[in-house]
Amino acid sequence: MKFTAGIDVGSTYTKAVILTDDHQIVGTGMTKTGFKLVEAARRAYETALTEAKLTEKEIAYLATTGYGRFLIPFRDVYVTDITAQSRGAQFFFPQTRTVLDIGGQTMKASRLDGDGKVKAFRLNDKCAAGTGAFLEKTARYMNYQIEEIGPLVATSKEAVAISGVCAVFAESEVINHVSAGATPADIMHGAIVSLVDRAVQLMKRVQAEPEYTLVGGILRFDTMARVVQNKLNAPVNVPPGAMPQFTAAIGAAILAHRRLQKLAAGGAIFERDEVEAVAA
Amino acid sequence: MSYAAGVDVGSTQTKAVVVDEDGRIAGRSLIDTGANVVTAAEKAFLLAVQDALIGEETVGYVVGTGYGRYKVTFGDTQITEISCHARGAVHMFPQTRTVLDMGGQDTKAIRVAPSGEVIDFCMNDKCAAGTGRFLQAAAIALEIPLADLGPIALRAEKAVPISTTCTVFAESEVLSWLGKGKKIEDILLGVHRSMGTRSMALLRRVGVESQVAFTGGVTKNLGMVQVMNEMLGMQVNVGEEAHFMGALGAALFARDRIMSSREPIALKEGAV
Repeated sequence: MKFTAGIDVGSTYTKAVILTDDHQIVGTGMTKTGFKLVEAARRAYETALTEAKLTEKEIAYLATTGYGRFLIPFRDVYVTDITAQSRGAQFFFPQTRTVLDIGGQTMKASRLDGDGKVKAFRLNDKCAAGTGAFLEKTARYMNYQIEEIGPLVATSKEAVAISGVCAVFAESEVINHVSAGATPADIMHGAIVSLVDRAVQLMKRVQAEPEYTLVGGILRFDTMARVVQNKLNAPVNVPPGAMPQFTAAIGAAILAHRRLQKLAAGGAIFERDEVEAVAA
Repeated sequence: MSYAAGVDVGSTQTKAVVVDEDGRIAGRSLIDTGANVVTAAEKAFLLAVQDALIGEETVGYVVGTGYGRYKVTFGDTQITEISCHARGAVHMFPQTRTVLDMGGQDTKAIRVAPSGEVIDFCMNDKCAAGTGRFLQAAAIALEIPLADLGPIALRAEKAVPISTTCTVFAESEVLSWLGKGKKIEDILLGVHRSMGTRSMALLRRVGVESQVAFTGGVTKNLGMVQVMNEMLGMQVNVGEEAHFMGALGAALFARDRIMSSREPIALKEGAV
């Protein structure tokens, strides 16, 4: 039995997954990224190892992904988050052709072919509107914590229109709505709708086609998938439980296995950090 | 003697100016806009009237401007802040041909004719990057009073490049530079430069013509003034009144209305 690990160092959370060679998840770990990326990666990795009852030596290959992927010295290889997310999405839903990934600081849409190869992708990484940070800010303006967003929105009756152009300017918009008597639940719901509008625009730009799979930390809020589904007017896949947050780490661990197979088959010995070799 | 007033209801602060018949500033006031925009407009107006040591009834005409101009319920008319900033800046500095106005939630570049009329303008109002809010976010992230940002940035030796555009992401970038051991002054100079770069992009779109007047609340930040001087390669026209330029322009338009209503019709050009 060979084990591989994937660590996704995201802007907000760092996730680690340990996978058997028949692609069973045996350990997961998650921690806030903060500013010390290496320590965060180490922490998430160790949590996953403990859960899997394994030691670091038993991990045959370790792939990192996410925005901090270059900075983790104990990796064997790194892969881009677009590639890792695609693999992760197809791990749960093999018919996936479009992946929408919304994280703390980025929003990405990618279109895949039947072999899981990425044909087109677009991302929004210059602006917080359209990312988890937008929802977090909106919640904070109304004195709600991130964990409270899900239950709060569940009580909403009707979304309030939020322009969603800028996460900072949303503050005045929120204040205006609150003083006009709108409920925090309806305002938060409105923020999610405005975020989804941006997401669907991004998906259109990659010429999205079904099946659609949604991943990323933002799917912790159940409303998210429902709003996307309504907007697309088509069913969407969401990995079960906490898995939407781990898909990139899973994808990285899968790619680590593929790498191992190639090496075992006596394929060319790649340099440790050859970027896309694993994905190809 | 009759007076004219301008009330500039900005996103962050409300400014009022009272001018006399000669267009001289007789009184002014500055308060936070807060949640109740109508009250803020009234309060700023009354404070400016008090400052001018005149009675409210001697004010013959009131012009509202700024994003909350339609909430100046006692105003006689409304004029956009673009026109008012241009008018105010040319009044204070007659050689002004370009105005850079940096407010709490928007930044504008305006090209003006010698008469003070607006030729072209361009603004950043969809995104907080490059507006006063960007500085405010940095102040909050670093736990420094807003007023200290400029003076601290002026002590910098080497600016830290701020690569993120979005104000939300810049907050984390600022903290991460701090975590990497960069000096606060160097980070802050980077923050000011980043705003300067965005302002320059707006200015180039309208065309920079000397002289440049710098107006709006951000002018109180000497670090920003210095950065704009460096980036433009010239000294900007800025002064104590720069924060009141919109209200001053509005007051001057109000004064025009009073004056023109007094002119005997027969003396108007072309009517003789």
